[in-house]
Amino acid sequence: MTFVKTIVTVILAGILTDNYVLSKFLGICPFLGVSKKLDTAMGMSAAVIFVMVLATAVTYPIQRFVLEQLGLEYLQTVVFILIIAALVQLVEIVLKKHMPALHASLGVYLPLITTNCAVLGCTILVTEDFGSASYGFGEGYCYALFCAFGSGLGFLVAMAIFAGVRKRMELCDIPETLQGLPITLIAASLVAMSFLGFAGVV
Amino acid sequence: MKRGVIVENPVLRLVLGTCPTLAVTTVASNAIGMGIAATLVLICSNTVISLLRSIIPDKVRIPAYITVIAGFVSIVQMLVKAFAPALDESLGIYLPLIVVNCIILGRAEMYASKHAPALSALDGLAMGSGFTAALLCMGIIREALGEGTLFGVKLPLLSEGGMMQPILFFSLAPGGFFVFGMLMAAANRLSRKKELPVRNGCGDCPAAATCSLSGHAVTGHSASNHGAAEQGGRNV
Repeated sequence: MTFVKTIVTVILAGILTDNYVLSKFLGICPFLGVSKKLDTAMGMSAAVIFVMVLATAVTYPIQRFVLEQLGLEYLQTVVFILIIAALVQLVEIVLKKHMPALHASLGVYLPLITTNCAVLGCTILVTEDFGSASYGFGEGYCYALFCAFGSGLGFLVAMAIFAGVRKRMELCDIPETLQGLPITLIAASLVAMSFLGFAGVV
Repeated sequence: MKRGVIVENPVLRLVLGTCPTLAVTTVASNAIGMGIAATLVLICSNTVISLLRSIIPDKVRIPAYITVIAGFVSIVQMLVKAFAPALDESLGIYLPLIVVNCIILGRAEMYASKHAPALSALDGLAMGSGFTAALLCMGIIREALGEGTLFGVKLPLLSEGGMMQPILFFSLAPGGFFVFGMLMAAANRLSRKKELPVRNGCGDCPAAATCSLSGHAVTGHSASNHGAAEQGGRNV
């Protein structure tokens, strides 16, 4: 029972209280850059969820069985970013070959994700949270994957909401100095404020 | 130097490296720590990439740059852990995330891969100072208004018992977005008067093709937008 409870908590936390974009400031570039239209926002978010879960699935065992066993924890940053970069390339190649339809819809977003700090941040945070010896490998691995999924879902929710906000904003009469990015950031501030209301829910 | 800090300030004008800018600027001392760490990485990576610019094949240049940058980030991470454990504690995850800070990759691609090592190091220093200056600005505003202190010292006017109470809003996430937006508006306003042409740095971001910011009026100069669009097209 505690198992299910933890998983639900972890996913809800990823979406509401610990939203990567709105409370941890990870993945701000795509959040501001790709959120102008709902469909591109959705495509990007789907690609982020996919890569996040996949990257966690690969980096978590590597952290536990290779880096920790050999005492190489200080190489974490280098190893993780290279794994993510290689993984993204690999996924793109596989998708192109075997699932051209999916590649056509997700493909353009994939290369952009390598330098997305949400993905690297997710893999590091997850190994920090669930990588300790207090979790068995199977249990910790499971939590880590669900945590990555929840965080990705949180990214999707933030993107979807913000795409809606921006659509409304296009019709507004904005002072010249604030046009473009400044007003977008202020809108993001308001969206982030609304998420503060969830503090303490989980 | 002036170019890096004022005209092409990486944060406020080129809009690079937004994540750490928002995340670590709740207090001014963190902002400086982050700025110095990033500057160090930027100088070292710019120098090394510039030295290797004729060796690295064009096709694999981005992974090669990332590896170089990641190496230096690890070094800086270990240095900070050893000599400033408190800073390491407060920067937390954002320290390793310097790897994916687009300022560093952007400068490697835009400048270091085309210029001599000494010039590249100087460019790293200038851009790093610009980054630090912008972070410091944000940090000072957010710490003063959000906590009523500055570098941990209480400001008599802004804290409990003075003219106003600290406004918690500025320490929290939404305040970060808000202050950043306002600072950027101020920077836009000031630069509009002088009508300085600004190159848009987004062209080097891998997201340039789909990113609405790259072709969008960050600065309001149509010339710079054209440049960005061309750059974006070339990169993707």
